[in-house]
Amino acid sequence: MHIIVCVKQVPDTKIIKINPKTNTLDRRSAPAILNPYDAHAVQEAVKIKQLTGGTVSVLSMGPPQAVSIIKKSIEIGADKGYLISDRAFAGADTLATSYALSKALERISEEQKIDMVICGKHAIDGDTGQVGPGIARRLDMPPVTNVIEVTEVKTEERKINLKRKQLGGYEEIEAQLPCLLTVEKEVNEIEYAPMPNMIKAARYEPVVWTVDDLGEVDRSQLGLKGSPTVVGKMFTPPRRAGGKKLEGTIDEQVKELTGLLREKQDLFRFNVNS
Amino acid sequence: MPDKFDVIVVGAGPAGTSCAYVCAKNGLNVLLIERGEYPGSKNVMGGVLYRKQMEDLIPEFWKEAPLERPVVEQRFWMMDKESVVQFGYKGLEWGMEPYNNFTVLRAQFDQWFAQKAVEAGVLLINETVVTECLVENGKVVGVRTDRPDGDVFADVVVLADGVNSLLGKQLGFHNEFRPDEVALTVMEVINLPKEKINDRFNLHENQGCTIEIFGDSTKGNLGTAFLYTNKESLNIGVGTTLSSMIKAKLKPYDLLDYLKNHPMVKPYLEGGESAEYLAHLIPEGGYHSVPKVAGNGVVVIGDAAQLVNAIHREGSNMAMASGKMAAEAIIAAKAAGNFSESSLNRYREALYDSFIIKDLEKYKDAAHTFEKHPQYFNEYVPMLNRAASKFFTVDGTPKRVKQKEIMRSITKEKGTIKVMQDMYRAWKAVK
Repeated sequence: MHIIVCVKQVPDTKIIKINPKTNTLDRRSAPAILNPYDAHAVQEAVKIKQLTGGTVSVLSMGPPQAVSIIKKSIEIGADKGYLISDRAFAGADTLATSYALSKALERISEEQKIDMVICGKHAIDGDTGQVGPGIARRLDMPPVTNVIEVTEVKTEERKINLKRKQLGGYEEIEAQLPCLLTVEKEVNEIEYAPMPNMIKAARYEPVVWTVDDLGEVDRSQLGLKGSPTVVGKMFTPPRRAGGKKLEGTIDEQVKELTGLLREKQDLFRFNVNS
Repeated sequence: MPDKFDVIVVGAGPAGTSCAYVCAKNGLNVLLIERGEYPGSKNVMGGVLYRKQMEDLIPEFWKEAPLERPVVEQRFWMMDKESVVQFGYKGLEWGMEPYNNFTVLRAQFDQWFAQKAVEAGVLLINETVVTECLVENGKVVGVRTDRPDGDVFADVVVLADGVNSLLGKQLGFHNEFRPDEVALTVMEVINLPKEKINDRFNLHENQGCTIEIFGDSTKGNLGTAFLYTNKESLNIGVGTTLSSMIKAKLKPYDLLDYLKNHPMVKPYLEGGESAEYLAHLIPEGGYHSVPKVAGNGVVVIGDAAQLVNAIHREGSNMAMASGKMAAEAIIAAKAAGNFSESSLNRYREALYDSFIIKDLEKYKDAAHTFEKHPQYFNEYVPMLNRAASKFFTVDGTPKRVKQKEIMRSITKEKGTIKVMQDMYRAWKAVK
C-alpha cells in the first residue's frame, strides 16, 4: 500500500492579522504551520499503514521553508517527503496548484505505484477545498470528499469503506482503489508522536524537486500564468441577525411557528436538481 | 535500540542553545530538547541583549540576527510619586559597530539563534518535555521525555531548563528556591508607531534607549522597572522579589498597571496598543544560591544555575557564556573519554574564574541587604527627589544655603548616625 498525503503550509489563522486596506491576510503576522486538516490526513494515512503495511509519503508545493511541514509530517509518522519548489510555481491558484501536484504525483508513481491520495478537506487560509478534487480529476481517481471515518480497507479486493459527512448526518460508501480522499477533522485524533519519530523528523531531509524534475510539464499551466482566478472582492460576511423567540403556551407557539413557516416557505423550497 | 547522543541539552534558551551550538560546531552529536512550540515561545526577558557574549559565539551576528534597536542611551530613574531624578549616558559610538547592546524580541531572536544551532548540526526537537534525568550507577546517562518511547541517552546531559530547574532539584543539586531568591517580573509589549517612539525618546532611526526605574516604580519595594524601545513597540515591565510581593501584599499585574499610569511614565505609552503580556520568574538569589553545577554526566547552566546579576540586569549574557564554558568542558571530556564529575568540573572552574561568578560574588550581599533594609527604596529615593526639587527651584536662596538646608533636612529626618550607617551598609553591599 502506497499512500500519498498532500500537505500545505499555511499561516496560523488563529493569530493572523487582516490588512484592513486590502482585506487580504498579512502572512508575515503569523507563523507558518501544517494545515490542520492535512495533519489529520497524515495521521489517517499512518493509521491505515499500521493496518495494511506499506509506505506513507507526503507531498507539498511551496517555498523552501515548507520543509518544516514535511518534517512535521514525518513526526506524525510519514516515511518519506517530497517538496516541489520553484519560482515557476509561484502565484498559483487552485487550478495551477492541482496541476503541479498531479504532475509531481505522476512522477512519484513512476517510482512506486500510488494506491491512495489523502488531502485535508481544505486549507485554512483559502477555504476553497478545490485542490483535492482537482488532483483526483487529473489522475482519474474517484474523489471522496469530507471523509469522517475510514471503516475498512480491503487490500485484496482493492476497496475501501468510508463514511462521508453530510448535512445533518453521514453517508456510508465503498470506493475503488486507487482513490483520493479529503478528510474532516473528525476522522481521527492526532496522536502525541513518539520520540523516535521526533528524532527521525529532526534529521530528515525531503526530496526537493524543481519544475525540471517533473518531466513533461506544460509551463503555461503553472504558477501565475496558469491561474485564471481573480479575487474580485474580499469581505467579512455580515453577522446573522438574531432569531425570534416564541413565547406563550405550546399551542400558541406551534401556531405562530407554522404561520411563520408558511409565510417564509420560499426559503425552504429545495430544488433537488440544482 | 534507542538513540544515543554525545550531548543532550534540555531547554533551547540562550544558555542551552549556546551550549548546543558550540558542541555541534566541534563535531559532537547534539540533541536539543525544547518544551515550547518553538525556541523562544516560552522565554521572557526585559529585552536587552549584550553584544559581547553573543559575538563570542557568532561573530558579527548583528548583520543577520533579528534585532530591534542598538541601545545608544541608558537612563536611570530614581522615581517618586510626582517627580524623578535621572541620570544616564547617551553615546553615538554605541550606535555603530561593534555596538554595546541591543533590544530584542525574544520569540524572534531565540528562533533565529536556534536555527543557527540547527545549521551547525544540532538536532532540535520542540514540544517535548523532559520529565526526569535517567541515572545509572550514580551517573546521568540520559533523559526521559513525556513522549511514547521517550527515553534518549547521552554521555552528558546539560540542564538548561531555566529558573526553578526541576531536573536539578530531582538530582539533589538544589532545594526548592525560597521566595527571596526569585523575582517575579511582569511585562507588556506595547505597539507604538516608530515615529512616535523616535519623538518621545529623542531617537533617530536604528537608535534605542533603555530606562531602568527605581523607587516608586515598585512602590518602594526591592525591585526595578524598565522601559525599553523596540523598532515599533515598547517593552515595559516591573519585578520585585516574591518575598517583597508577599510582604507588601502586591499583585504583580496591579504593580504593572500602577507603573503604566504613573505620571512620569504614562506620556511615553500614550496611544500605544498592548500586544503581549508576559510574566516570568527570575533567579535573583545570586552568589549564595548558585547550586552544584557539575556532576557525573551532567552540567547545569544559565538560569537553572541561578546565573543572573540582578543589579546590572545581566542574565542572558551570563547564560550564553556559561553555555559556552560548559560546551568547552564537554568537548574536553569527550576527547578524554571521561564524563565524570571531576572531568566536568572543568566547567565549574571556568565559571568561577570568569566574570560571572566574580560579579555575583561582588554583589553577594546586595539583595539581602536591600531586602532587609527597604529604606533605600522607600525613603532615600523620595528624599533625593525632594533634595533635587529644592536645589533646582529658583527662589532667591543662595545655593550654599540650600545645600546646607538639604543636608540638614536629611540628617534631621533620619539622624546623622543612621544616615552614615545606611550609606556604609549600601557601599559595603556593592563595593
